[in-house]
Amino acid sequence: MSDSLDSSTEPADVPTPDESEAPRAGELAAATPMDSPEPSPGRSGAESNATGEPPSATVRWIYRHSVPVRLAHWINVICLPILVMSGFQIFNAHPALYWGERSDRDRPILALDAAYMENGEVRGVTRVFGHAFDTTGILGASADSNGRLHRRGFPAWATIPSFQWLAMGRRWHFFFAWIFAINGFFFGLYALLSRHLDRDLFPSLKDLRGIGRALRDHLLFRHSGGDAASRYNVLQKLAYTGVVFGLGPLILLTGLTMSPGLDAAFPGLLTVFGGRQSARTIHFIVCFMFVGFVAVHLFMVAVSGLWNNLRSMLVGRYRVVEVDSQPVRPTQRAGATERGRLHPASPVKARTWLCQSERGDGGHRRSEARSGPRVRVPATRAPINRGRA
Amino acid sequence: MIKSRIDRRHFIVRAAQAAGLLLLTGCDNLSRSEWFPRVLRSAEGVTRRVQRLITPRKAMAREYAESDRSAVFPTNGTVKPENPDYQAHVQNGFADWKLSVSGLVQHPAEFSLTDLRRLPSRSQITRHDCVEGWSAIAKWKGVPLKEILDRVRPLAPARYVVFYSADPDETGRKYYESIDFDDAYHPQTLLAYEINDQTLPVAHGAPIRLRLERQLGYKMAKYIMRIELVESFQSIAGGRGGYWEDQGYEWYAGI
Repeated sequence: MSDSLDSSTEPADVPTPDESEAPRAGELAAATPMDSPEPSPGRSGAESNATGEPPSATVRWIYRHSVPVRLAHWINVICLPILVMSGFQIFNAHPALYWGERSDRDRPILALDAAYMENGEVRGVTRVFGHAFDTTGILGASADSNGRLHRRGFPAWATIPSFQWLAMGRRWHFFFAWIFAINGFFFGLYALLSRHLDRDLFPSLKDLRGIGRALRDHLLFRHSGGDAASRYNVLQKLAYTGVVFGLGPLILLTGLTMSPGLDAAFPGLLTVFGGRQSARTIHFIVCFMFVGFVAVHLFMVAVSGLWNNLRSMLVGRYRVVEVDSQPVRPTQRAGATERGRLHPASPVKARTWLCQSERGDGGHRRSEARSGPRVRVPATRAPINRGRA
Repeated sequence: MIKSRIDRRHFIVRAAQAAGLLLLTGCDNLSRSEWFPRVLRSAEGVTRRVQRLITPRKAMAREYAESDRSAVFPTNGTVKPENPDYQAHVQNGFADWKLSVSGLVQHPAEFSLTDLRRLPSRSQITRHDCVEGWSAIAKWKGVPLKEILDRVRPLAPARYVVFYSADPDETGRKYYESIDFDDAYHPQTLLAYEINDQTLPVAHGAPIRLRLERQLGYKMAKYIMRIELVESFQSIAGGRGGYWEDQGYEWYAGI
């Protein structure tokens, strides 16, 4: 198996030692003779399809997300919106941010204020480093359930509960903070022990060298297919490791720094974050980094094959399309005989090769889903697949 | 194909809106339900136990330098109790005021302000953290609660120290608070009679207020009139151990 991989003619595909030791689930399944009862007929034979269209691509299924990864993901899906929105509820009790230990009310970094006009009207005023912006309707002043503008940091639709109720917001926040933190801890432990971290998440030097190309591909909405789609690209690796091992611990620690009890137990927290009010400000900023991450994540999930991505996060199965013009490797030829059949994940240990796949042209893919594995991929997309670095 | 893409985009947007609406109304309904807040409240016990477990009993809250003090220390809650008895005390400078300490103690006692000032005192510059999110730093001077407890000698079944305040809210409910012995015997737990080297003003809780540096501001009762040692606070007022606790806030306000 590793021999055949090593004999690949495409330089970019020469696997690292780690990869040859641990081939991807789908590939291994495809290449295992036991799984291919028929002799490999060669590409052209395998690719013929009922409509007589020219052969162009192969489909294979990989087991993309292991059960712990999927479980942790969906727990986060529940926790994050609740934490953000109950956090806004708490923030609304004093909608201003400061730096340092104290909150000197004449020196906020950010304040969601309200200003009362002479005619009795209330306007929302957001102050950032002393610069005031009219944000009526969203920040500072927004409509209550009767549609009347009233003083409020974040609007009702962004908080849990929707009306002002600090005590209940705190209950929600701390309950789900526990779940979020425990989930994050066990996910981190799992990623470390299962080698999910160093195999799939942690970017290699090679990955990092390809960051420019990856950025360009993303900005041009060119998404990798085929082999490259069976694993994370460098931007995904950076984003996921950054969130799990950067933002996660950071939001937890800044949250705990706001606790007068824990400040007594660990005064170092205050030193590290520059004081309780600084910690509160960092907590707020990291919250918005989470929101930003989720927004980009959802966007990428939608444009890189929504149903394929969703399916893989729900049941694990992920469809990878091998494009014709890519140099054909023995493993792929063997895989061709297997197309249309879900490769059982069992031949190899549950592996979690994940990432985005072919473009999200939905109608096209939906028809594939109905008629089986026939796939036609425009030849123009071929170079993209070669772009993997 | 383009049409289907637009359809799908519509579908995603609609689905997101529906999910958002569901989340909001769902959370509001859950918040008003009987059972769900009880589930949420279970986290408080976990938080308290874990924080207590990892915090040494005598771990001290950070103390600051004179220059770190807030220029203005905000007043919160009641700033002028609407209570005729209390007003009378203010009129004559708390000369007749006496702090009564009773309940599960061997020697119930009363302390005048002068008595309290004669007891050993402690000064500390600490940060006051409000549940709302703001923080202010001030210098406090007062008698450690431990000094009082050593004189009245708690009985074995006593578990909580309850503070009764003079300030009634608009419905007539009086402020009260309770703490356990871990906090009551902590060196920084004071009955404070001075703020920033001044006699405690009415707005800050004259004649004495509690300082409980490892918890949030609402635990630090102002206008304390009476202290009682109890085994359980379930029969007091709303039964949750404090004025704000009866309105849904945590009894353990270490976070």
